[in-house]
Amino acid sequence: MTNAEIKKEILDILQAIAPDEDLTNLKDEVSFRDQIELDSMDFLDIVMELRKRHRIQIPEDDYIQLDSMQSTVAYLEPLMKDVVA
Amino acid sequence: MISMPSSQTRIVITGVGLTSPNGNNLAAYRKALLSGTSGVSHYHIRYVGDTLAGICDFDELKYQRRREVRRGTRAGSVGIYSAREAVVDAGIDWDAIDRSRVGVYVGVTEHGNVETENEIYEIKGYDYDTSFWSHHHNPRTVANNPAGEITLNMGITGPHYTLGAACAAGNAGLIQGAQMLQLGECDLAIAGGVSESIRTFGIFAGFASQGALASHEDPAAASRPFDQDRSGIVVAEGGCLFILERYEDAAARGAKIYGELTGYAMNSDASDFVLPNPDEQARCIRMALDRAKCGPDQIDLVSTHATATPSGDVQECAALRRVFCDSSGSSVNPELLINNTKSFIGHAMGAAGALELAGNLPSFDDGVCHPTINVDQLDPQCELPGLVLNEPREVKSICTILSNSFGMLGINSVVIIKKV
Repeated sequence: MTNAEIKKEILDILQAIAPDEDLTNLKDEVSFRDQIELDSMDFLDIVMELRKRHRIQIPEDDYIQLDSMQSTVAYLEPLMKDVVA
Repeated sequence: MISMPSSQTRIVITGVGLTSPNGNNLAAYRKALLSGTSGVSHYHIRYVGDTLAGICDFDELKYQRRREVRRGTRAGSVGIYSAREAVVDAGIDWDAIDRSRVGVYVGVTEHGNVETENEIYEIKGYDYDTSFWSHHHNPRTVANNPAGEITLNMGITGPHYTLGAACAAGNAGLIQGAQMLQLGECDLAIAGGVSESIRTFGIFAGFASQGALASHEDPAAASRPFDQDRSGIVVAEGGCLFILERYEDAAARGAKIYGELTGYAMNSDASDFVLPNPDEQARCIRMALDRAKCGPDQIDLVSTHATATPSGDVQECAALRRVFCDSSGSSVNPELLINNTKSFIGHAMGAAGALELAGNLPSFDDGVCHPTINVDQLDPQCELPGLVLNEPREVKSICTILSNSFGMLGINSVVIIKKV
């Protein structure tokens, strides 16, 4: 997956997790939590969806990397480079 | 005999919120009951396949955001819808009341089967690797979930819990709410029962294995309590929650009062896991009458529990005969009316008792008893004076309703509501 494809995938997951939110103007560099309503259970949903969709295991210590779109894509880039979109 | 509580606090119903397979508010539900409209439909559930069920079509998003629906349970959504509708019906200014003094008491037949089955189905796709098991599983399956979701949605900080009481749960919730008001544990109770049971294949498969699951080519004719050709239970979902208040509080705010809970009782058969016991059912009815300080001749309408199983219907009729008939078999109240609501909606499990009572409450105003439908050939063992069959019956007045709800493991519950 390219970075653009990873971003598209994350947006798709976020839309499912936060179906009431409008993600159109989500800023890449700003924390998800500062832009949409997400709690710790929602973050676990992101982790679970990545595991289910792509068999990616994210260690608990790395959850902090999922703070914003920018940090999430940067973190996932090496893990998803071989994933076919 | 029961021991009478020291408190003689009168408890009244001031609001009704419900979703039933044939109506999403009391007016629509009552209309369906008086017009003979069934809520039973064709239904498909995994593993079991094609079957029948009572399915609700209320709008979950009327009171919940999609995020809440996704995270919660069907029982939670049923409960939230019913509770919110009840508050609106009661004319309560929700923003003005002290929500720390509101108690939520929700009867459930079971809870957690739906969510557990879903997770097992999900991890089956991952070769049963439990690392794919959802972190939502525990908050969804804790036994207080349906009541807890109501408090989260409505900002209620008073007590909440569910009452696991098999198919007597709707009455159990109502009784618990009344008792907590009498004890001063809350000033307003949201009480009754909910069911999401049609979402678990296990309940269908279990009844089928027991030979107790109804089948019929016409869904509307499938639920046939008291009929010779009944084939078993139609499982239904639904919810009904009442607003309960102390009489003086309701009167002080000029609330509409549906009726007063004058009598109630619960007891146990202690005889079988599934087979009912008419001795204990009759004793439960008599205990409720004692508490209400009224005789069987003062009951105008009996709402039966009968689920359309051969044994259950016959045993309940035997219990009713013992209490309401004299030695000649005549009713001690010649005007007594007896009906059954499951014939319309199927067995709404934890919600059944509350829904069945709610469907009869409007009879205080219109003097009409809705019938038991689908009785083409009455089982002679279910013959009782006063059975209202297939067509509604209008009488001069209905002032007192007695409603039965019984369940597996021999749990019995009876409530008596009097017109105020």
